[in-house]
Order: sequence, then C-alpha cells, then structure tokens
Amino acid sequence: MRSPLRAAPVRRALGTRPRRIVAGAVAAVLVAAVAVWATRSDEAGFRTESALVTVRSGPAGDEPVDLDTTFYLPDGASAGRKVPAVLLAHGFGGTKESVRADAEDLAAQGYAVLAWTARGFGRSGGQIHLDSPDHEVRDGERLLDWLAARPEVRTDAPGDPRVGVVGGSYGGGLALLLAAQDQRVDAIVPMITWNDLSRAFLPESTGKDATSGVFKKGWAGIFFGGGGNAGSGPAGLSGTSAAEPEGAPASAGPPSPAPGSGPGTGSGRTPAGAADPACGRFAADVCAAYLRIATTGRAEQADVELLRRSSPAPVLDKIKAPTLLVQGEADSLFPIAEADANARGIAANGTPVRVAWYTGGHDGGAGPRNDSDRVKYLTVQWLDHYVKGEGSAPGDDFTYSRIAGFDALDRGLVATGFRTADYPGLAGDGRREVAVTGPAQPVANPPNGNPAAISSVPFAGALGSLLDGVAGDVPGQHARFESQPLAEAVDVAGSPTVSIRAASPTGEAVLFVKLYDVDPEGAATLPNGLVAPVRLTGLPAQIGAATPVTVTLPAIVRRVEAGHRLRITVATTDQAYTTPAEPTVYTVAAGDGPLVLPTVAGEPIPTTAVVWRWVLAGLLAAIAVGLVAVVLLARRRHRRQDSSVHPEYAGVPLAVRQLRKEYADGFVAVSNVDFEVHPGQVVGLLGPNGAGKTTTLRVLMGLTQPTAGEIYVFGRKLVPGSPVLSRIGSLVEGPGFLPHLSGLDNLKAYWRATGRPWADAHFDEALEIAGLGDSVHRRTRKYSHGMRQRLAIAQAMLGLPELLVLDEPTDGLDPPQIAEMRRVLQRYATDGRAVLVSSHLLAEVEQTCTHAVVVNKGRIVASGPVEDIVGESPSVLLDVTDPAAARDVLGRLDGVTVLPDSDGNLVVDTNGTARSEVVAELVRAGIGVDRVVPRRRLEDAFLALVGENSRGSGDR
Amino acid sequence: MTQSSSTVGAAAGYRPSATLPFAAEFRRQASRRRTQLALGFMVLLPLIILIAFQFDSGEDDRNGGGEFASLSDLATSGGLNFTLFALLVSASFLLVVVVALFCGDTVASEASWGSLRYLLAVPVPRARLLAVKLVVALAYSGLALLLLAGTALLAGTLRYGWEPLSSQVSAQLDPGEGLLRLLAVLGYLAVVLLAVAGLAFLLSVVTDAALGAVGGAVLLWILSSILDQITALGGIRAFLPTHYANAWLGLLSTPVQTDDVVRGCISAIAYATLFWSLAFWRFTRKDITS
Repeated sequence: MRSPLRAAPVRRALGTRPRRIVAGAVAAVLVAAVAVWATRSDEAGFRTESALVTVRSGPAGDEPVDLDTTFYLPDGASAGRKVPAVLLAHGFGGTKESVRADAEDLAAQGYAVLAWTARGFGRSGGQIHLDSPDHEVRDGERLLDWLAARPEVRTDAPGDPRVGVVGGSYGGGLALLLAAQDQRVDAIVPMITWNDLSRAFLPESTGKDATSGVFKKGWAGIFFGGGGNAGSGPAGLSGTSAAEPEGAPASAGPPSPAPGSGPGTGSGRTPAGAADPACGRFAADVCAAYLRIATTGRAEQADVELLRRSSPAPVLDKIKAPTLLVQGEADSLFPIAEADANARGIAANGTPVRVAWYTGGHDGGAGPRNDSDRVKYLTVQWLDHYVKGEGSAPGDDFTYSRIAGFDALDRGLVATGFRTADYPGLAGDGRREVAVTGPAQPVANPPNGNPAAISSVPFAGALGSLLDGVAGDVPGQHARFESQPLAEAVDVAGSPTVSIRAASPTGEAVLFVKLYDVDPEGAATLPNGLVAPVRLTGLPAQIGAATPVTVTLPAIVRRVEAGHRLRITVATTDQAYTTPAEPTVYTVAAGDGPLVLPTVAGEPIPTTAVVWRWVLAGLLAAIAVGLVAVVLLARRRHRRQDSSVHPEYAGVPLAVRQLRKEYADGFVAVSNVDFEVHPGQVVGLLGPNGAGKTTTLRVLMGLTQPTAGEIYVFGRKLVPGSPVLSRIGSLVEGPGFLPHLSGLDNLKAYWRATGRPWADAHFDEALEIAGLGDSVHRRTRKYSHGMRQRLAIAQAMLGLPELLVLDEPTDGLDPPQIAEMRRVLQRYATDGRAVLVSSHLLAEVEQTCTHAVVVNKGRIVASGPVEDIVGESPSVLLDVTDPAAARDVLGRLDGVTVLPDSDGNLVVDTNGTARSEVVAELVRAGIGVDRVVPRRRLEDAFLALVGENSRGSGDR
Repeated sequence: MTQSSSTVGAAAGYRPSATLPFAAEFRRQASRRRTQLALGFMVLLPLIILIAFQFDSGEDDRNGGGEFASLSDLATSGGLNFTLFALLVSASFLLVVVVALFCGDTVASEASWGSLRYLLAVPVPRARLLAVKLVVALAYSGLALLLLAGTALLAGTLRYGWEPLSSQVSAQLDPGEGLLRLLAVLGYLAVVLLAVAGLAFLLSVVTDAALGAVGGAVLLWILSSILDQITALGGIRAFLPTHYANAWLGLLSTPVQTDDVVRGCISAIAYATLFWSLAFWRFTRKDITS
C-alpha cells in the first residue's frame, strides 16, 4: 500500500550495489508490513448519522418520547444494495455511546446498526420503566418501524426489516422482551441479562418465591442510584463503573466509556423526573416499588408483579427469534441461572437456542481477551446466519470457559474455553459427591446486619473476588463444614447443591451459603464471590429437631485441584443483602446429603495457540530446509571451484598477476602489481609507506578480495580461504595474539586451530627462532613489541610452510636481532622454500633478499635480483672544486655524460669508462676532486620515487 | 613437508573441516578471564542470594507488585522455589548481559587482538570459523544458564529442602512435576536468549570492538524492553524481541499457559535466524581490515 512510495527513497539512499538492493528490499518489506498493519486498524468502513427520533409509545401508543439515536451505515449500503440491520441496546445507566465500539465492529461486518439511548437516560426523554412492555419495548418496536423505513435496510416484507437485536444486561432484557412482543425480530443475542427480575433482586436458593427472597440491596442501590440520580451521578458510578458491565461483554479490551456517557449527564435531557428528588428519572410505579422493597427488605406480591412485568420469564413462549444467550460466570447480579431459565423457556417452543458462558459478567467485565473474542465470534456467527443469511447454522453446542490463571505477560486473567455438544444445564452431565462434615455450630445474626461478611463488591472488577483481601467472614457469624482433601481434581461446571439444617429461636433465619475452595495452605477462595441466600421458615429452636433443606448454590465453573478441600460456609450476614435487623443466634448443622458437584465433560476449544504451534513447527522446518539448502549450495560452489593447477606456475610458490585492489570509496591501493616468487628466493617487497605492500599481502592471505588480477600459489588460484593457504606461513600487519595466554600457549592454540598433526608443527625450531627463552611462558600481554614480533615470526614458521610471507619482520627488533633474523630467513629459503618480505627499508631488503620488487603508489617500479638492482651503477657522484670546468673536461671524454643535478654536485654516467680514469682526467685538468661517491641502481630508483613524492602518498 | 597432500594443494594434514575444532575454540574461550568470571558469578549469585535471605527479618510487608511478586515471598519455601527466584531476578538483565558477552565478544575480540586474520590465514574457512565460534558461544551461554540454575537448585535444596513448587498462580506442584516445569522454564529462557545471542553475534561480526558488540546488544535489548512498556504502541509491541521475555512465568500456572511461550519461541527463533543469517552473509563477504 504505502510501501512503494517509501521503499524508493530508502533504496536510493542505500546505494545501488546489489547487496544493498537486497538489504533495501528487506527493509522495504518490513516497512510495508508495519504500514499495512498501521493502516489496517484505522479504516472506517462506515458512516454515522445521529438524530433525535420521536416515537409514540406508552400503553396506548400515543405518548411521544425523543430517543437519541446513532445510525451506523456500512460503506456501500444503499437502496440498491440493502444491508441487514442490528438494533443495539445499551446497559442500565449507559447511553448509545457505551456501545459505540460494538456498533462499529458490527458495522464493519456489514450491518446497519441502530444504537439508541433508552428512555430515561442521557439525552433521550421519558422515564425509566425498566424495560416495560408498554414503554421501552414499545420504543423498540417503533425503532423497528424506523429501520424498515430506511431505504438501505433489507426488509422481509414491507414494514418488516431484517434485523437482529443485541444487547447486554438492560439491553439484553430488552432484546428478549422485544423478540417476544414483536415477531419482526429475526434473531437476538441477549447477554448477561435476567429471566425474572424479581428473582434476580430477591433470590432464594431453596426454591422459594421472590416474596420470600432476600433483597440484593447492594446491586439494587447501585442501579437505583445510577438511574435515579438525574443530575450528575456519583463519580464512582457515572463515568466508569456504571457503564462498565453494560458495554463490556462484546467489546474488545478493557471497557473505556467515553466521557459523559454516564446517566443524566447529557445537556438535552428532558427534565421529566427532575421534580422528584427521591425518584429521579424513574417512573413513579417503579420508584415506589423500589422504595417499598428497600425499606423492608421484603417484596409484596404487587411489587413482584411489577418486576415480573419487566421480565422475559412470562413471555418466553412467544419468542420465535433464534436466541444466543451469553451469560457471565463472574456475575452476582444476574447469575448463570437466569440464562439457564431463559434457555429452557425459549427452547421449549422449538426456537433455536444456543448458550455460552464466559468468565466475565457484571462483576468480571469483559473477561480475558480470548473470552471476549469468543463471545464476539459467536455473536457475529449467530447474526450472520440468522440475520444476514450467510454461513452455516451455528449449531447448538455449548461453550464455556474457566479462569486458568494469571497471564504472565499483561498480568490479566487467562481463560480456557471448553465446548460440549449438548447444553447440560446447571446440573452438569456428571456429578461428584463430596461429604462435608462439621459439628453443629451456633452463629450470631448481628443487629442490622452489621458487621457483615463480604463476598463480592459490585463493580470491583475481575480480581475482586479472587483477592483474599475482599472475601471475608466475620468470626462468630458463620459456620464451617469441610471435606477431606480431594483425591483427584474435579472440574465443576454448574450449580452444586448441599444440604443443611438450621435452628432458630424465632423460627426463621436468613442465611448465606457459600462454597469455598481451600488449598493445602488453608487459603480459601470463594469462586466469583457468589453466595446462595436462603430464608428458612418454620425452624425448630433446637438443632436436633431441624429437617434438612437442600440449597442450590450459584453455578460456577472451576477446577478444584487434588489435595484441596471444599468448605461450606453458612453465614448470617452479607454486605450485599438485607438481613433481619433483630439480633438472634441460630444453630447450623450439616444436612443429610453430601455436597453434589455437577461436572461437564467439555473438550478444550482449540485456540490460536494451535495455529502458532504450527507456525513454530513450520518456522523450524523452514530453517532446517534453508540450512540444508545453504550447505548444499556451498558444497556445490566449492566443488565447482577451480582446483586445477596452472601448468605454468605449478612449481612457483607465488605468482601475482596484474593485481588490482580498489576500495569501496574509490581509493586504488594497488593498481597493477605483477611478480613471482620462486623456490629458494628471498624476495623483498620494497616501497615507502602506503605503496600498497600490505594490501598486496592482505589479498595474498585471503583477507581481502582483489578487484582484478590473480594470485597463484603453486599453480593454484588463490581465493579467500583456499586450502593452498595452508602452505603459506604469514605475518601480516603485526602480531596478533591472545593477550591472556603465554607465548607458548599462543603457538599451541594457533596450531590447534589448524587441525593439523601435532608433530608437523616443529615447535622447537619455531621457539628457537623466536629466541624468547623463559619469557615464552609469560603472557603475551606483557611482551615488548620486539618479543611479540619474534613470536609472530615463529608462529608464521610453525609447520615450516613452503612460502613464508612476512610483513615488516624486523619492525621493533634491535640490530643484533635483525642480523639474526636475516640469517634465519636466508637459511629458511634453502631446500626449496621461499620467503616474501615486505619492507620500507632499503638496507634491509638489500641485506636480506635475493630478489627485490620495488613498488610505489600501487605500481611496480623495479624488480629483479638484488645484485642487479643493488650492484654498482654506472653513475657516480663527484664533488669538485670547479663544476663548470669539470663539465667541460668530462664532456670531452668519450661516452661520459653529465646528468643534470641541482646542488653543484655532478652526477656522471661513466658509461663503461673506469672511475679512476675519470678522476685522473679531472685532476690532470687542474680540478680538485673532494669526493667520489659511486651510486647504486636500487637507490636511484628508490630515491627517485621517494624524493619525488614522499609526502602525500597516503597510507596504504 | 614440502609435498602437497591432497588434490586441493593443501599442506600435509590440512583439512578444511578439521580446522578450528570445537575443543580448540572451547579452550581458547575457557582460558579467558571474562569467561571464568562470568561462569564464576553464575555460581556465586545463588549463594549471595541465599546469604541475603539469611538476613530476612521476618517482616512481611507485601508490596503488591502483582501476583508474580509472590515468587520472592515464596523463594525460601524450597529448593525449586529458590531456583525460580534466582532465575526471576537474573532473567531480565544478568542473563542477557552474560549471553551478549559470550556471543558478542567472540569474533570482535579476535579482530581487536589481530588474531582473526591469522585464523583466516590458517586457513579456517570463514563459515566454519563463524559456525564454531557461534556454537561455542552458545555452549557457554547454555552452561552459564545451567550453572546458575544448578547451583541455585543445589544450594536451595540443601538449605530449604526438597519441597513442592508453589506459586500463587497455581496449585502446588510435586517436586518431580516442579522440576519438569523448572526445566521447561530453563528451556524457554534459553530460546528467548537466542535473540540476544543473535543480535550480539551480528554486532560482533560487524564491529571490531568487543565492547561495542556486547554493549550494543545489551543497549538494544534495554531499548526494546522500554518500548515494550509503552502500551500506546499497541500491537507493534508484539514484534519487539523482548515482548515475550516473561512468558515463562506462564509455565508455572496450572494448566500450563503455552500460548505466549509458543509465540515467544517463534519470535526469538525468527530474530536469531535473521541475525545469524545476516552475520554469516556479512562475514563471508567482508574484507578483514583489523
């Protein structure tokens, strides 16, 4: 996408050489990958329209109310290309903004999404009637009309849009009630919602009616506060927590409500409820019911009727739209039992129902990432099939998940998903019975329920119920019954049941039954902070007379490890519930039956981890294949390498042919060097600093690639790493030793690296040449320059190579050592070996070598046997008293020529004439001769080039 | 001596595949003071920690550094837990430095001593030189890891006993099972450190300064760690070599969380392969100028 634009300058900047292009291409691919990744996330794919829609509802359908709506229309949707729609409802206390992330996700899936703020919230008008069929549900019907009127929305019949209803909590309740009331709804996905509102707020776990229920004051207060406070709500509720669970189930990542999304913060709010500070925006009947229940902690039949009017329970038989029920395990408000009741009621009519549990909920939020991803996937799959008409039928298998632990990377929770073919309900498809025992225990009910045990803190977040600091029972107010340590782990999924007996002087008791998982250290965990409140009546005063009652505990999904104990705790108080105000002392004892744990044999849902495992295997396989390919290629190239012997140079230790080395910056270090080293020769490579001597030797040692030209060693072409290099011993650019090893150890380490037989090394000879004495056992770090130099020469001579290449060997040696070195080198070159010595010192070459090659500025200036070069030159330098007269005299001599010279001395080419004769001739002419200095050819050549340009030749 | 032995015209007894044997390179490195110091410190560290725990005053101030902070509270509950603690404190930095030292120093130090050119003039084929150096460096890195864990396990078991492995994220594990988990943790740490090894080795080939290679690798690793802390980078962080560095903690939970471990392995192996490929590609072509 963006990559071509970016890659071009990148490549240009990197240069044009092939390997740079490869590097540039790699960089371009990386940049492209990042660019694609970066752009992928911000593609819009839809447009939005916000409007206040006025609908007429109420019992008679004639009460106008303004609803604040946002319509998300996918790109490309039009009258000609109609799209299915989704009605997206928010949770209690939220607004249409709470579900924006979900709406955008669904719009990206190709749905026209209508999100609206329910009446009584945000900028919408009207009052809160708690999803009343005459109000909120009727509003929903009118919104279906509105959708059907949109030209972009697909319709099944005129006025009947193709639509699914999705919502969590308050919105989920609306989805169920709307589907029951209006058959135009094609599919619903109610999440974390209720079946019977009266039972949700007034639960009773021995199966009694809501009129006997224990009031869930914690949650009720939060909701009444959140909806009723029409002004700016309490900070803890309006901004973050109240909106959290509603939008949470289907949204990815942590819920982060937009500012101002809390209830009652909108500016265009109709001030309908503002007049009543007690009720806020609640409708009068709802408000009155709440006030009655909250005051007494008990519900009258009329109040229960009111709550049941807002419940799907009585109308489930009317729901014909396929239903995906998503319920949270960490939900002390609408526990899993609510979804279970809905699933049974809807499935009874033959309507397709699918159930999924996830580890979040009103307490747990969106749950871990993989869990919310599963919910999202199930939702889209459900809508795609039943609304859009794409994809195969989702089936009715049941998926659930369990907290597996903490994520090592982001410290969040990790859930493992499971699936099983049939929905087992709350009783599981198997059961484990565990005996819990303990004596009968007196427990006190404190006046006004204070202090109270803490089981869950509404909105405390995912960790709330798991941190040992939160769950706590008050001493004296609870009884414990414990099992033996479990012999093997048990995977609980469903509602455990337990039997208890209780006695009360008043004949009545409100108790809270909890199931703890106790680890071997004694740390007890209350799964998800869920408790079973019971209201027992007709109790005897003495425990001996009590009859057992069976308590159905809240459904949990948990693995109880082997070695853990299960503990039933029966407490008299719980901060989340209203308890009798009168102080009493009850007696609690274990019942007649064991603790029954439902189990489900689910198989783990394959996650992306499986894919990654294959990726890992593929990566390893690719690396293995790549490695084999590279090795094979290298072998093949190696075999094809020219290993033939050049017949002309077969017996020549070294032949350098037209060598040229040009560095990357264009500097030519060696422009044309051409020479040979024959057996028995000691060849001197002579030149000033920077002439190209070292570069030539580097190429010779395979350290540097020549730009052009060849080097033959015994007739074999030399490339870096040529095996024939093993016949060359070298000292290039000074010694290189491991400073922490002694001289001897260095030589040994070097020889070990050659892999050649130990006996071939000839250590004794080498050490003799080095002449280090006992210092050979000292570390080379402490060596002087000369000692290192001698050791390096000894290392070069290890194995007595047929060609010895020494770069400035006398560097750092004192005169006796230099003399000794000369003898060594001359001796070395006997019996067929050869030596190549580089030096910038004329005298050294002259005294050591049999042959010399003079280089300057990368070219050969002179070469040949040293006696030829060093032998006496026909020229002579004369220092005379009268140079002018001398010129005349010499000019008359046959064949003698005077070479031009600048400083008064005469340089004379005698051209065969004896020097004595020339001097005699001058003396005869009366010219005084102060000095006669014979000149030599090598000096001529050397001085000529050095004198000409001893500066600026650069360091080569 | 003067006759050539093989068809390639090499000196008698010379075989390219026999040059720079593993043992020779192993000895070369073993003789170095930094190798001895690094390995010695691996032995010393658990003992120092052990002694430090003896000063424990018994005050239990929970600093609430997440569930995994409990590993330090539990460190004295047994030899396995002590070993885990030793790994926890050294995984994020100390082991990185040690691995970078072994892998980053190996070629660059030879270059700075000038001995690299003599090895190449032996001649040790360049690919072989690099391969042997890499294998030896990895062997020393693995040895360091094993020494640390082994000493900690030995010292911890002698001091605190052979107790089950406990952590707050899972049920107690039998010592046998715990030992398996510990080995898995070690294996994963070794794999993650391959990325460091790759980076350091590449730098070692590119530069002649040993300090530059080691320091550069450690610095880049720290940079990656810092970037990984910036959540604003979002999904890009998953491409950072350090992103999955702590995934080994997932191996302690029950059931074992392998998702991030697998992804971490992919990340580390991919990075290591990339870096090593670049190192070989560069070294087999470059002019040795040191």
